[in-house]
Amino acid sequence: MTFEIPDFMPVIPELFVLGMACAILVIDLFVPQARRDITYGLSQFTLIGAAVLTIALASPETRFTFNDTFIADGLSDLLKVAVYLITAVVFLYSRPYLQDRDIYKGEYYVLGLFGVLGMMIMISSYSFLTLYLGLELLSLSLYAMVAFNRDSARASEAAMKYFILGAIASGMLLYGMSILYGITGSLDIKEVSDYLITSSAGLNVPLVFALSFVIVGLAFKLGAVPFHMWVPDVYHGAPTSVTLFIGTAPKLAGLAIIMRLLVDGLGPLHHDWQGMLTILAVLSLAVGNVVAIAQTNIKRMLAYSTISHVGFILMGILAGTHEGYAAALFYTLVYAIVAAGGFGMIILLSRRGFEAENLDDFRGLNERSPWFAFIMLLIMFSMAGVPPTVGFYAKLAVLQAVVQVDMIWLAIFAVIFSIVGAFYYLRAVKIMYFDKPEDESPLPKALDMNVVLSINGLLVIVLGIFPGLLMSLATGAISW
Amino acid sequence: MENIYLAIVLAPLFGAIVAGLFGRQIGRVGAHTVTILGVAVSFLLSLWVFKAHVFDGAEVYNATVYTWMVSDGIRFEVGFLVDNLTAMMMLVVTFVSLMVHIYTIGYMQDDPGYQRFFAYISLFTFSMLMLVMANNFMQLFFGWEAVGLVSYLLIGFWYKRPTAIYANMKAFIVNRVGDFGFILGIGALLFYAGSLDYWEVFAEAEGMSQATISIIPGTEWSLLTVACILLFIGAMGKSAQVPLHVWLPDSMEGPTPISALIHAATMVTAGIFMVARMSPLFELSTAALSFVLVIGALTAFFMGLIGIVQNDIKRVVAYSTLSQLGYMTVALGASAYAAGVFHLMTHAFFKALLFLAAGSVIIAMHHEQDMRRMGGLRKYMPITYITALIGSLALIGFPGFAGFFSKDGIIEAVSLSTTPGATFAYVLVLAGVFVTAFYSFRMFFLVFHGEERFRNVEHHAHHDAHHADDHGDDHGDDHGHGHHGPVEPKESPWVVTVPLILLAIPSVLAGYVVGPMLFGDFFGDAIFVAEANDVLARLGEGYTGVMGFIVHGMMMPPFWLAMAGLASAWYIYMRKPSIAAAAKARFEWLYKVLDRKYGFDEFNAFVFAGGSVGLGRALWRFGDRLFIDGLLVNGSARAVGFISRYARFSQTGYLYHYAFAMIIGLLVLITVFAF
Repeated sequence: MTFEIPDFMPVIPELFVLGMACAILVIDLFVPQARRDITYGLSQFTLIGAAVLTIALASPETRFTFNDTFIADGLSDLLKVAVYLITAVVFLYSRPYLQDRDIYKGEYYVLGLFGVLGMMIMISSYSFLTLYLGLELLSLSLYAMVAFNRDSARASEAAMKYFILGAIASGMLLYGMSILYGITGSLDIKEVSDYLITSSAGLNVPLVFALSFVIVGLAFKLGAVPFHMWVPDVYHGAPTSVTLFIGTAPKLAGLAIIMRLLVDGLGPLHHDWQGMLTILAVLSLAVGNVVAIAQTNIKRMLAYSTISHVGFILMGILAGTHEGYAAALFYTLVYAIVAAGGFGMIILLSRRGFEAENLDDFRGLNERSPWFAFIMLLIMFSMAGVPPTVGFYAKLAVLQAVVQVDMIWLAIFAVIFSIVGAFYYLRAVKIMYFDKPEDESPLPKALDMNVVLSINGLLVIVLGIFPGLLMSLATGAISW
Repeated sequence: MENIYLAIVLAPLFGAIVAGLFGRQIGRVGAHTVTILGVAVSFLLSLWVFKAHVFDGAEVYNATVYTWMVSDGIRFEVGFLVDNLTAMMMLVVTFVSLMVHIYTIGYMQDDPGYQRFFAYISLFTFSMLMLVMANNFMQLFFGWEAVGLVSYLLIGFWYKRPTAIYANMKAFIVNRVGDFGFILGIGALLFYAGSLDYWEVFAEAEGMSQATISIIPGTEWSLLTVACILLFIGAMGKSAQVPLHVWLPDSMEGPTPISALIHAATMVTAGIFMVARMSPLFELSTAALSFVLVIGALTAFFMGLIGIVQNDIKRVVAYSTLSQLGYMTVALGASAYAAGVFHLMTHAFFKALLFLAAGSVIIAMHHEQDMRRMGGLRKYMPITYITALIGSLALIGFPGFAGFFSKDGIIEAVSLSTTPGATFAYVLVLAGVFVTAFYSFRMFFLVFHGEERFRNVEHHAHHDAHHADDHGDDHGDDHGHGHHGPVEPKESPWVVTVPLILLAIPSVLAGYVVGPMLFGDFFGDAIFVAEANDVLARLGEGYTGVMGFIVHGMMMPPFWLAMAGLASAWYIYMRKPSIAAAAKARFEWLYKVLDRKYGFDEFNAFVFAGGSVGLGRALWRFGDRLFIDGLLVNGSARAVGFISRYARFSQTGYLYHYAFAMIIGLLVLITVFAF
């Protein structure tokens, strides 16, 4: 084996983010607390620069490098740009929150950037090794971020739970990969796929073991039932700005590794993982929607809502068709936008010494700020899937994909539980519009946050009226 | 051309939006200026379009302006089809609308809803133009519903008056029945042709007449017949044909200008226009034509009879409208579409004239509508008198006036028709001529001749009678005309009389185009008549010119029947009023039947309204409250809430429980799929 110098062109965005993250880490040491905005500005610059580089380097053909362990294609370009943008919005929303709690530190942004780098590697991985590398880089950053407010007992507890359970899940994923390596003799996704196609052995017990372990690992990262237990505790325990981060961009990376690992690598076993994903999807829809009703804490409610959305994403994937994958991608993008808005609202209502975590804190929001009540209404409607918000089209696309593969019962099941889910979204709307406010204090006035949050909310309805914009991107990015 | 058509449609819409949304800012003068300008622009451009199409032979225009959406291969579009038929309708609609706009300045001058009223009538003009200019069923349906909506809003214009609210609800609900049929008809056509475009559907007509449809299992009906009858049910609602006519008399609760515009000249004729437009479909179904014919004949005769016993001046004109719509429908049924549309046009002029004249009388009488308290107005209101006389003569079909040509054309066509039911229809329309003449001149004499009965009415007696009267004609109080007692009638202002004069002109002259309209190829391809049904062509063989038509008409029974009606009205109401009282006493039962309008209202109120309420209550009690609310909604909500409360306890917060759940999940996956 000769060692060739790899083609660095496709990895320039990764190198840029890595370099900038290291540089910011060092620069931050010399920045006084009063000038922390420098770190913030550099982080945003990194994300924008990475977006520019990714878009500039994007090309319709698929590029491989590093001995075919790294892939850059339409899917990776789209998802990476989405990750940058979502993360930039997250950083923006986080700033006032961190400032108010005296944890406006450079580490938050550096860890966030390393998380972004992990996600980028996950998105572009084409080998078990790179995939695992990216996943762990992301996970480690997230563990640290959850415990970021180290004086908070609840945050530390959440971080501990997340870390231990995450380690178990990573172990299972790794175990599954090693069994696959044992069967196929390769870590390369392409070669694994080729082996499974040529050896018409079908499904044997070792393969079921491998598949089950891999799926458990993936399901944990996405938060599908019954591997969801960490989700409510972590969402609840972590600082809201971190919850915002965990709840949005990593879902895109999670979708990417499912696409690479299951669809690309284990595609020949589609029939088998379809059954497993069906179980997970059904459980996620049911548990997510039903348990969310009993929540009074809005972060926990959104955590269960996330679980139910994961059910929908899995439905799109398990359909196993081009339309299904495109629908899952569309759904995930929409979910990330909507979730960013939802957690952004929580941050908006919070202030120094006060966490707007409970549903009651949204009471009578319409009287305090009709505009942001309206934005929240759009977000809630989109989560519930009410037309003409974009959430409706996301659900519709997934349901169509499932119906096309004759799994009508699953579609009906999903619709029924969506109706159950509509209850708690609409309850939030009802509380905002029909109840009297308990808290009369005016909303904070941070111009950038207000503007971006408004755009974020309006995007929900603009994309709902013109779903074709995003849908064509999603369809174009899926080459399966 | 496209821009001109668009301007014609959009100018009134612009006026309506400005007057409706900014009425407060622009004030009364601003509101009527902007709406009248809008409609005037439409009218002038329509005149130009009419000239271009009729005289300069412009090509038939059929094009899409805007594609709303494409779903499953079906295109939903906004488009215009302009041929001679459309051009004529556009001219009639914009002309009458313009006249009514001007007239309204005088009629509504004291009304607090002045700007709102102008916004509505301009919106109506827009909707009606959309309807007649449509080149597809989607737009037709839009226009159809939009005019219905404005009609509803205008009938209930004085929304504080319970009778007006009752009337507009009635109009709305009855039209719902018709529209239900209409949209089913459109659905049937769409189902077969897969298109909403007129021409594409017409191209499939031949195939549709072969296709059958099984609605009740075991029976096979021709798809085309079913579709045509369903479409006609829509027309029955909009054009107030028996038994869906009940809303039109009550619609007189609205202000008089809209009775003229909507409930006489334009909207109610939409059904007639629609059937004429659909002639390529109706021609292929004898059963549908026969149905149309019989319904029209029943309406023409029996609604006319009711007109004889009415005492409210507007209601007489309303029943006369019903009867005339019946005549138009008869013409359609006899395949004499051109005659029907011709009558539509002449009727639009003279009936708008009669309504506006009635309105003028009502203004002079300070919003008194009971003819028994009028009389002798001739010398006070000369212009109204002359124009009303012209309108009445046109209505009864006096030779030389517009109505004569169109009505005679219809009656002659029916006599030649071979469609089943034609003989029956012929007898009824012939008898209808006598009835028309009788009630028209009964009204005319009671209002303009004889003693001045309004002077006899004492203040108190007037007031009591006011409440006792069951026609709900207490219109005065909302207008500031509320002072009762003897009134001194005087001629109405120029904004009222000028439209009367301008409408009187076509009420005489519009008939002289009978040659090209009925017997020439004025309508070209717009109206299709099958060879075997073409009664007008056979009638045209004997046509020698307008004078010949008049001379011929004077030798035919309709003329003599009309004269007999006129004469008996004169004799009974001018010479010997005792006859009327004696006849009323002698034929008490007949009077009762007519006064009750054959009991349609009571029947509907009892069977349909009562039945629906009963059914609704039963469904509410058992279906809604017990089953859906109790069991399904509350039951499932309670079940979900219950499960939710307990399921949340699985989230214990203990790490080892979480890890345990993951292991269990893994084991389940492995066991389910490995073995």
